[in-house]
Amino acid sequence: MKNKPAIAFLIAATPACAGFTLALFPQARLPIAAAVAYAACCFFIVGIQSRVLRWANTPVPFRIPTTAGQQKSLAWIRPAKLDNPATGIAATGRMALEILCFRSLFRNTGARITKDRMIFRESLGLWLAAILFHWSFLLIFLRHLRFFVEPIPAFVFWLEKLDSPIDVGFPHLFVSDITFLAGVGYLCWRRFADPAVRYISLVSDYLALWLLLGIGATGVYMRYWGHVNVAGIKQFALGLATFSPTLPQGISPVFFAHLFLVCVLAVYIPSGKIMHGAGVWLSPTRNLANNNRAVRHVNPWNAPVKTHTYAEWQEENKDKLKSAGIPLEEDDV
Amino acid sequence: MSNELIQIKPHPPAGDWTETKPDFRKGTWCYSATPQNLAYLELPNPRPWQPSEQDWKLPENWKEILLTGMKERLEKYRSFRLFMDICVRCGACADKCHFYLGSGDPKNMPVLRAELLRSVYRRYFTTTGRMFGELAGARELTEDVVKEWFYYFYQCTECRRCSVYCPYGIDTAEITMIGRELLNLIGCNTNWVLDPAAKCYRVGNHLGIPPHSLKDNLDFAVDELEEITGVRVDVPIGKKGAEILFVAPSADYFVTPHYYTLLGYLALFHEIGLDYTFSAYASEGGNFGLFSSHDLMKRLNAKIYEEAKRLKVKWILGGECGHMWRVINQYMDTMNGPADFLETPVSPITGTRFDHVRSTKMLHIAEFTADLIHEGKIKLDPRRNDHWRVTYHDSCNPARAMGLLEEPRYILRNACNHFHEMPESTIREHTFCCGSGSGLGTDENLEMRLRGGYPRAMAVKHVKEHHDVNLLACICAIDKATLPPLLEYWVPGVEVAGVHELLGNALVMKGEKPRTTDLRGQPLQTAEEEPAHA
Repeated sequence: MKNKPAIAFLIAATPACAGFTLALFPQARLPIAAAVAYAACCFFIVGIQSRVLRWANTPVPFRIPTTAGQQKSLAWIRPAKLDNPATGIAATGRMALEILCFRSLFRNTGARITKDRMIFRESLGLWLAAILFHWSFLLIFLRHLRFFVEPIPAFVFWLEKLDSPIDVGFPHLFVSDITFLAGVGYLCWRRFADPAVRYISLVSDYLALWLLLGIGATGVYMRYWGHVNVAGIKQFALGLATFSPTLPQGISPVFFAHLFLVCVLAVYIPSGKIMHGAGVWLSPTRNLANNNRAVRHVNPWNAPVKTHTYAEWQEENKDKLKSAGIPLEEDDV
Repeated sequence: MSNELIQIKPHPPAGDWTETKPDFRKGTWCYSATPQNLAYLELPNPRPWQPSEQDWKLPENWKEILLTGMKERLEKYRSFRLFMDICVRCGACADKCHFYLGSGDPKNMPVLRAELLRSVYRRYFTTTGRMFGELAGARELTEDVVKEWFYYFYQCTECRRCSVYCPYGIDTAEITMIGRELLNLIGCNTNWVLDPAAKCYRVGNHLGIPPHSLKDNLDFAVDELEEITGVRVDVPIGKKGAEILFVAPSADYFVTPHYYTLLGYLALFHEIGLDYTFSAYASEGGNFGLFSSHDLMKRLNAKIYEEAKRLKVKWILGGECGHMWRVINQYMDTMNGPADFLETPVSPITGTRFDHVRSTKMLHIAEFTADLIHEGKIKLDPRRNDHWRVTYHDSCNPARAMGLLEEPRYILRNACNHFHEMPESTIREHTFCCGSGSGLGTDENLEMRLRGGYPRAMAVKHVKEHHDVNLLACICAIDKATLPPLLEYWVPGVEVAGVHELLGNALVMKGEKPRTTDLRGQPLQTAEEEPAHA
């Protein structure tokens, strides 16, 4: 398929355009915006739930952790407790490191071949961009609770304070807004600039990036330049949250674009790769302890197989065993 | 040819990867399994065919068989379903694969190897794939796709290096294993995997050497060891009531340089007076079933516990072998356990109780020997290895499916005076595969093996140039078989040995004569005047 980024861009642009268009129809705004938001929300919750349940209900027949350090064996050899966990608690630690700090990505190196050499170099750009993007996204998501909850929870204020350590601009500049756009921007640039990554990319890979960039761009515009009717938007959001949607006048068309982009992302999430956020918790190479030889792992469907039993084997090789003086099982002599 | 092979195109071709087809040129694929081997193992669709031919003689309903097989596996393996769903195609795995680095073929990027299956998974097993087709990254399952699967799932050594770097732990070994299982369902398998598997199943070892010849070989080893050391050792086979059953990869009995490792085992067991036995029935620890299907792995592995039970041993000791230890560490107990008829291994020499293997009751010989050295129970004279300047290659499976990293190094540091590590990015969990694992080590596949082994060879070259290294030690039978030709090609002048060969060289035995040669029969750097009790 040609022009994957462009196709993805068109798909991502559709909800944004729809949002702008909707703003032209005052009577239709509320019912359509609310319906889309609720539908997306349902899709999101049901979709994620069914996907996670399907994973969770699929058995883990074998305990197959990828070990990335010394095992626990002899008492005087120091094990790598987190990279090669020997207990459930240590495996939990490994997972925490993976989920909070992206441990595996932190190992990343770049390898290339020159004339007669292999060259390795540190390659932490991907890790840094991923960390910036994910943590910023979480922070921004939590900050948005100020629109959906009344009274605003205290921790939201703390987060906002944390997020704007220096009072620059009006409204105050949030660091997470910059790091979010920088992170997504790098990931986007990388997908285009690295020929190998471009080669493996699907339409949905670009789609996710365009949606995130669109959401970020509309959000940032509304906060710093658009001077939108924040109180009105909050009224709408609270109305949605309390199942009595209202929509005051004077709400910027950019808001509808922002809303629809978020809705499309919410619909896309359960069916696409963004489910990695839920999936990583269940990954059998990461969330299991490497203690197979100490604690037996049970396979619920342990398949019966045909084996070549000792009795059969001895029968077939009796003469050879006798001639070699290898003892036979007495019953069969 | 050396220069030709490293003309690696680092840039993928223009266009979409779904538009390219594999080129079955000689040197990049393995011959098909013979109908006899399939029939013996009762596997489907035995027939004469070759991958280079146009018609693969698939069964009429091959598509249905594959899709049913895929569905079944999606329901049986969380790993498979999860790894089909959560890849974000970040590409962190790409330049971690030795086959990608050595071939430049973009479909050897682990992510794309998995996409070969994922695209089909999306088409038949996801709503978006069914609805949006190509737009959702889905594609039809065609005969060309089957050929592509075969080509690339037999260009993966299941080494798990990519899995170390994947942010979600997606394990290409798991993908390849399932991919090969699916191909097995329609009779697309290779002889280098199924021939040894059939022989292990029927006779007990991968070369199909009958029990009396096994005995001859071990007797010959006893003679040879006596010639070198002046000590005559006893090698019991099938001895009932022995304390320990010893299982090694069968290459150790028959092939060099594995054979020198066998001499090392025999010398060690004699010196410490171990009450052990070999088995002719379970004479193969290496498991070629792992390269074919979970079922076949289980069928071959079952022999070890069955024999341990029959011989009424207390516990099992395992020799130097990579994939064997993947199976023992991650599958054996689950598949063929519980081993409740055995006891938790306790070293009869040091009294150390190996609690970390209290369930499988099977100990790795490197763990056993490291304990002996640490407790001061054996005497070593490392000067006997002074003609070797040694580096250590972590075999993939002990490194990334177990974490056996320090034990062999501890043995080497005690048995050798000159030990040098390869660069950090190429050892321990970062270790590079020999390029011939998981049943790819056959001569018709030589070009891919040399390409896949290139990163490892370059790391060896580095220590050769900086430290004059002339020996690579390892603990894997496939390494010992396939690294010598690889190194001869890329880094001439570096030999390959097992860790217990070097231990056997250094081991000071009671009643031995002054050693003039090592276990290979090569003269020592300084011949000994009198028994070395230094």
